Amino acid sequence: MPKRKELITGRKSFSFKRFFLQWEWLLVLAFIAVNIFDAAISPYFLDMNNILSSTMNFLDNAFIVLPMVFVIMLGEIDISVGSTVALSAVVMGVFYDKFHTPMWLAVLICLAVGALCGLFNGMIIVKFKEIAPMIVTLSTMTMYRGIAQIIIRDQSGGNFAPWFKFLSWGYLGSIPFILVVFAVAAVIFGLLLHKTNFGRRVYAIGNNEIASLYSGIQIGRIKLIIYTLTGFMSGVAALFLSSRMGSTRSDMATGYELNAIAMVVLGGVNIMGGRGRMIGAIIAVFIIGFLKYGLGLINMSSQVVLIVIGLLLAVSVALPNIKKSGGKQRKTEEA
Amino acid sequence: MGKRTKNLGRFQRDWSRQVGLTLFIIAVSVAVDIRNPRFFSVVNLSDMISNTAILSILAIGMMIVIITAGIDLSIASTMALSGMVTALTVQANRGLSPMLALLIGLAVGVLCGGVISVFVVRFSVAPIIATLGFMNAYRGLTYLVSHSNWVGPGQMSNGFMMIARGKILGINNLVIIAMLLYLLAFYFLNYTRFGRQIYAVGSNAESAKVSGINTNHVLFTVYVIMGAFAGLAGVLWVSKFASAQGDTALGYEMNVIAACVLGGVSLRGGSGKLSGVLLGSLLLGILNDALPLIDVSPFWQSAIQGAIILVAVISNVFFKRRVEYKTLARRNI
Amino acid sequence: MCDCVLQIRGMTKVFSGVKALDSVSFDLKAGEVHALMGENGAGKSTFIKVITGVYQPDGGVIILNGRQVQINNPKDAQKFGIAAIYQHVTCYPDLTVTENIFMDHLEVSPKTGRILWKRMHAKAADLLRHLSSEIDPKTLMSELSVAQQQIIEIAKAISTHANIIIMDEPTAALTKNESEDLYKITDQLRNSGASIIFISHRFEDFHRVADRVTILRDSQYIGTWGVNEISEEELIVAMVGREIKQMFPPKTAVAREEILRVKGLTKTGYFSDVSITVKRGEIVALTGLVGAGRTEICETLFGIMKPDKGEVYFENKKIRIVDPNTSMKLGIGYLPEDRQVQGLIMNWSIQKNITVSRLEMFSNRGWLRPDLERSKAEELASMVNVKAKSVNAPALSLSGGNQQKVIVAKLLLADLKLIILDEPTKGIDVGAKYAIYEIMDNLAAQGYGILMVSSELPEVLGMADRIVVIRRGRVSKTFSRRDATPEKVLEAAMPIETAALCQE
Repeated sequence: MPKRKELITGRKSFSFKRFFLQWEWLLVLAFIAVNIFDAAISPYFLDMNNILSSTMNFLDNAFIVLPMVFVIMLGEIDISVGSTVALSAVVMGVFYDKFHTPMWLAVLICLAVGALCGLFNGMIIVKFKEIAPMIVTLSTMTMYRGIAQIIIRDQSGGNFAPWFKFLSWGYLGSIPFILVVFAVAAVIFGLLLHKTNFGRRVYAIGNNEIASLYSGIQIGRIKLIIYTLTGFMSGVAALFLSSRMGSTRSDMATGYELNAIAMVVLGGVNIMGGRGRMIGAIIAVFIIGFLKYGLGLINMSSQVVLIVIGLLLAVSVALPNIKKSGGKQRKTEEA
Repeated sequence: MGKRTKNLGRFQRDWSRQVGLTLFIIAVSVAVDIRNPRFFSVVNLSDMISNTAILSILAIGMMIVIITAGIDLSIASTMALSGMVTALTVQANRGLSPMLALLIGLAVGVLCGGVISVFVVRFSVAPIIATLGFMNAYRGLTYLVSHSNWVGPGQMSNGFMMIARGKILGINNLVIIAMLLYLLAFYFLNYTRFGRQIYAVGSNAESAKVSGINTNHVLFTVYVIMGAFAGLAGVLWVSKFASAQGDTALGYEMNVIAACVLGGVSLRGGSGKLSGVLLGSLLLGILNDALPLIDVSPFWQSAIQGAIILVAVISNVFFKRRVEYKTLARRNI
Repeated sequence: MCDCVLQIRGMTKVFSGVKALDSVSFDLKAGEVHALMGENGAGKSTFIKVITGVYQPDGGVIILNGRQVQINNPKDAQKFGIAAIYQHVTCYPDLTVTENIFMDHLEVSPKTGRILWKRMHAKAADLLRHLSSEIDPKTLMSELSVAQQQIIEIAKAISTHANIIIMDEPTAALTKNESEDLYKITDQLRNSGASIIFISHRFEDFHRVADRVTILRDSQYIGTWGVNEISEEELIVAMVGREIKQMFPPKTAVAREEILRVKGLTKTGYFSDVSITVKRGEIVALTGLVGAGRTEICETLFGIMKPDKGEVYFENKKIRIVDPNTSMKLGIGYLPEDRQVQGLIMNWSIQKNITVSRLEMFSNRGWLRPDLERSKAEELASMVNVKAKSVNAPALSLSGGNQQKVIVAKLLLADLKLIILDEPTKGIDVGAKYAIYEIMDNLAAQGYGILMVSSELPEVLGMADRIVVIRRGRVSKTFSRRDATPEKVLEAAMPIETAALCQE
């Protein structure tokens, strides 16, 4: 419109209001609230050791949240991750039990299977752009779990080497090993998203894939890397999950994909892509994790947890939209 | 001559997916029948069709949702909840008329769908997120109302179980219900204003708004319809399997979406045909039925099903690319 | 006293503090074609949206047939007999022509509410025949060309018995012949008693169809004239508010050695056997009708599409076209036609938009260096003279011309040798166009080779050293600057239907 130039804002000045009105701070508040809640209902909770070790119960799923942030940032989705966890864990079990490979080799195979599953998704999504990623991963979700069923039927496997238990049950000092690994992974993924070329390009694709193409960004390559990475991290999750369960079954990690997506979206990443931050998703992991743990402490059934998480997800995404009804007209004006 | 090629082109545009699916279904059926002639027996076919009925009913609702460029992941939970509520009611009043039971399930479904509608329409939450949230919530609610117990055949009245097992004129009730719903939906989608408005909103929501269509009303109704179908299907499911559990139909939403995708419903919205969705459901039903008949271990079922969906969508891409290339080559340049 | 069907007095509309319409008045007589002209952002689109009930005015009155009315929503406008045909055709691509025409008023049986398809198909066919179109009503909208879709929109307007029809830049995307057809239809509508508001940038439209013209500038009403009362020069002055003496900068660049040679490039269905050369310091224009394959040729050179046949030599080396990334590394850059979709990430800042195509320049082994990024972005933005307070301003806050400059800055970053510009001044204010031309000339002088796609004949004749005319996907003629005249170029661009018929 005519007097547009006046609308241009100058160099971003630091504003406390803007800084504290970010989604991530709301999440921090929610996180604190959950902790106060936990502490109020159970005197045992406030014990630092308890808090730390409670993370062992939910962090395996969180490994998938990290790459899922990238997938959703692209404006796409991967619902095959739960099945990838099952398949890579089952293959690992079979290699260890039946072929008697050394444990370290079985672990590597698990990671490789995960990465391969992701690579396959990525190749189909990149090669056949006409098919929505949701559909591709819907079919591979059925397929991967199906392959796991073919391999292991309704049995369970994985009588793993003793040291393998350390992954999910071990401590470094007083800190659970899994927490350390997750922290390292979270930092790496966060830096990758926010501080590198690669991350910037992911944001670009999520905001406007066409303009990214015309800017010379190699979209196919980036997608391939991200889906492969997602598969690989599903393999990592498979390691920790089978270590925690002490066995592998074809029906393990059902629903992991939707949990991961829920945490990413709760963390403020826009499902349409291009907006959000890694830290939000990481805080969301701990909010949901501690919430589950706290409700578990007072013997609240896991069913209530389901309800709470479901409502939390729907309401949190609805929240910013409730007051927005007046803001729409401006948007149409821009067009 | 010009007219004929034009009609042929339109036929190709409108029916290629259906013809392809039908040919594929016939091929699978014939192959299975060669290995095991029991496949084409009346008993097996009618079993198979009644087993597919619930899936095909849900696929109608899902198609309508996907036409508006939405999706509903919550239906399996809605089914479990409506099935559980109905079963508990039947358990408490064994004399309850089956018709009333169906209505209770329907009401639960409508309520579930309505809540989702509020989030999708009033709070503009992306459908995939809203329904993901309520998928969890409704599932949790199911466990909650049942105190994590299950309702078995012993606690159900015969009349209730006959809803899904009874026959009219030798045809299973489920099949009759599905046929009625398909006819109804066909008329609704193709011959009523509201039906066409659903397509209009999915095809271009912005211009639908400009031309005075109440898009919010359309979206709201769509999720309520889906809820109603899921509620109904929940009762039918519980009646058919004579058990209501917390994990009833767990993960079934993916089968329904798969049936739609196989049937050619585009996730972008705006297009989708009942005939395609019906064939898509049938294909999935046949696979479920046929694999045990030819001694394929049930453990192979998922993998084969997933692979077939993938092959179907990929071959469709190749087909479309070919058509597109042909049209390009025909241009006079 | 006035035979006006529509009178507007003191119409004002404010968007977040900025006046998009400032007390605008307007009269529409019965049975006239009234052109509405003005630069981009003058308020024409807002004006239309107020009349059609999409926006509610913040002040002013609308008088329809002598009665003051309120138009609360598009449905109201329809009831009052107002129909609009928008710039970007708003249709349902997945639905049939019939449905697109009748969606707002589907005919149903009064008793059962059943849609009467047969009747509507017949009516649609009738309407289309009336508009001398042979489109089958059962065709899907997405299978039609833009011109055909526009005819459907007109049919839709007629079917609602609209007596006020608004056409928002209807000829913008049409070829010459298609525009001619549209003029005929417009005349026909007027003769049948409808009043038409015709929004356009093109003087040709104005001369050909309009009875009167009203000009808006900076959201304000400037004046209304009869077509014969005002000259083109006066019109421009009224629209721009100042005289533009010189349309094109003086040429300073000198053509040097050859940089690009294309031989027999072919892409099935788009273009065939295209051969072009571009020299350093030279501006070559690709012109022709919209849809002749110009954009596709450029996109192929840039790697968006892959050619089926043909050879491309760049700096005398044969190259293989792989993807945009590879082309950019070689030194070929492309400024796409659609700024907002292809060129920019609209909610990103100027800085991020400029640097996105060459991030490796601002990073150390993949790690971004924001300080470097900022200084380089600032340098480039000031080089092309982007008017904004800082490089942090989001792209969507800029005017069209400044957005275009940001995209040029983005190209400059990429160490290019050949720059392909696709309609570089499309939808840009007259004033800002000159700035773009200056940049182009400047680039040529620095030794860049420039390949420009343009539909605007004056621009082609004023800027290009050589003019390559594309007709139906083939090079029909090449002119040097000296030989080219508007008539010759147009003739080369027009399809030769008759000749083609004779050959068959």
